[in-house]
Amino acid sequence: MTDSNNVVWLGAPSFPDAAREALADTQLRTNLRKATGTIRDKRLAVTAELDDWEQLRTAGKALKRRTLRHLDHHLVRLEEAVTKAGGQVHWAADAAEANRIVTALVKATGQTEVVKVKSMVTQEIALNEALAEEGVSAYETDLAELIVQLGDDRPSHILVPAIHRNRAEIRDIFRREMGKWGRPAPEGLTDRPRDLAEAARLHLREKFLRAKVAVSGANFAAADTGTVGVVESEGNGRMCLTLPETLITVMGIEKVLPSFEDLEVFLQLLPRSSTGERMNPYTSMWTGTTEGDGPQDFHLVLLDNGRTATLKDTVGRQALACIRCSACLNVCPVYERTGGHAYGSVYPGPIGAVLTPQLVGVEHAESLPFASTLCGACYDACPVKINIPEVLVHLRAEVVEAKRAKGRVPTPEALVMKAAASVLSSPVKLSAVQRLAHPAARLVSRRGTIGNLPGPLGRWTRTRDTAVPPKESLRAWWRRTRGGREGSK
Amino acid sequence: MTTRDTVLGRIRAALADVPASEGPDDVPVPRDYRRSHAEPDAVAQFAARVADYRATVTRTTDADARVTVAARLAARGLRTLVVPDGFPAGLLPEGGGWTVLRDEPPLSVAELDAAEGVLTTAALGIAVTGTIVLDAGPGQGRRALTLLPDYHLCVVREDQIAGDVPEALGRVDARAPLTWISGPSATSDIELDRVEGVHGPRTLDVIVVGGE
Ligand code: SF4
Repeated sequence: MTDSNNVVWLGAPSFPDAAREALADTQLRTNLRKATGTIRDKRLAVTAELDDWEQLRTAGKALKRRTLRHLDHHLVRLEEAVTKAGGQVHWAADAAEANRIVTALVKATGQTEVVKVKSMVTQEIALNEALAEEGVSAYETDLAELIVQLGDDRPSHILVPAIHRNRAEIRDIFRREMGKWGRPAPEGLTDRPRDLAEAARLHLREKFLRAKVAVSGANFAAADTGTVGVVESEGNGRMCLTLPETLITVMGIEKVLPSFEDLEVFLQLLPRSSTGERMNPYTSMWTGTTEGDGPQDFHLVLLDNGRTATLKDTVGRQALACIRCSACLNVCPVYERTGGHAYGSVYPGPIGAVLTPQLVGVEHAESLPFASTLCGACYDACPVKINIPEVLVHLRAEVVEAKRAKGRVPTPEALVMKAAASVLSSPVKLSAVQRLAHPAARLVSRRGTIGNLPGPLGRWTRTRDTAVPPKESLRAWWRRTRGGREGSK
Repeated sequence: MTTRDTVLGRIRAALADVPASEGPDDVPVPRDYRRSHAEPDAVAQFAARVADYRATVTRTTDADARVTVAARLAARGLRTLVVPDGFPAGLLPEGGGWTVLRDEPPLSVAELDAAEGVLTTAALGIAVTGTIVLDAGPGQGRRALTLLPDYHLCVVREDQIAGDVPEALGRVDARAPLTWISGPSATSDIELDRVEGVHGPRTLDVIVVGGE
């Protein structure tokens, strides 16, 4: 944790320690298994509807790559377009600066309350805490975020942040806490999801109707038109984006897209990958301000906070293409068992394991690159084809390198990790090594599982048994059977 | 030095590997994905996909449109109905048990919150995704009108239905405030149980008008 960066939770235990604790929590594991399994199935069904899904993914990846390679150019265009449309653009180098800007903007309105639509980036900069220090209350309005906020808790999933809570816990939180923040929970509130949603509707409505200032994130912003967009389901986003007089949107600089037309790719990729729907219930897009409709003051805060450092790494920069769909979380065997809290970061799961260490510096999140089995499921699921395993291995090498520089790790290990990084970046070398590696892994295994591995891998294997790699690598099997098609005839 | 200069400077330094001769448009984007996944009968597909979100869809002819609107409203038993400027007079039923509220002068948030329903047109429909696109044009009103009342009845003409997302984006004005609606407000935040209606309208009714 550095002064200027709040991505990692202060005092969070390292991943293996947190994971060990999470693994003992059967309720959590049951909730997670059900949730990730359900979303996974829905996603597969709706992506299968599009026979050009692979072409869409390739286009999404290429568009993000195009944007990142000329990020300065697109940001300057975005700034111009937003300004021309009546908005104001602010630049923030780090979390502290972004918080200062937002706080000053809120204070200038004379208000002491803001309503918020769910936003990863404002969690990343710990905006709510910063506002509270200045006497401004920030109300989360997404149902799951409300549950997290009222429960004085942390989000555990990108899409469904309160997935670790069951309905009885949610009812208890509502009964206990709602009255402290505004309209109390109705008498005799049951734990039926319909009743709980209704309680949230009533509790939040009074806040929406009186709110003068709203804070949002952004799913994208088109540089050519200056159009900013938010996708959501509940309508709390529309409330925040439409009813208040002042709207402050905080956006990571990587969210810009070259043109409005490019949305044709992302509005197909995002909902289908995220909630497994053909389209999410509500998508709001606005360009600056519109007289007589919606906020008359619009501010767009462009945030760096470690993103330019990530951009510098030619292997790691692909993580900035992430559209936060959470598909990689739902397919990850590690996430499914540990839940999001174990990652100790605003960004959990496979994407968190590559993004967090890059945003904060590997030395501040050195266990995260090891929080993966490198099974590759995340890469296959990712709508913008981020090669998460490749970045993980690359970062592992960096962690080992950093430790070696401090004299904490013997050199041979550093060499092994470096070799692994080079191998994983080359498909030819990878399959060669897979053929070699498997007999070796089977030798160290006992009773079908691999026990403790030496070195940095030990930090992961100590918390759990890793399944023994099959005798034949997936690639070899695929080559032999063409994905099982030949074998099954 | 401003933060703007700092951040832009950091970006340029971080992109040292990008050749100076490379322009933003030089990075190729393969666009061999389909322009449309729509079925031959896009109108039927639109109706089916809207219904998939548990919204009600009624198809009707030009001649019967007004009667259909009246029937849907009567079925709800509404007492107050917001109707934006520019809503086609020929579609607005007379009589009925409801009071029509106009947004001129603009209704207050409290008045909108108290209104039971809203009746609008749309800018477009999208067949593949079952989406209604509002752009604040005539008959649609400002965004708050379709947000606060608990019931939204939306009239879409068959010729407004685009096949798929790329076509829809090409047909809207990016500078207008855009709201894409795909079914009623919904949440799945509690144990992934879907509940319709949280903050937006809990009921979405769509009438598709055209043909004979
Ligand atoms: S890394 Fe890919 S799959 Fe994971 S959240 Fe980001 S876009 Fe989605």
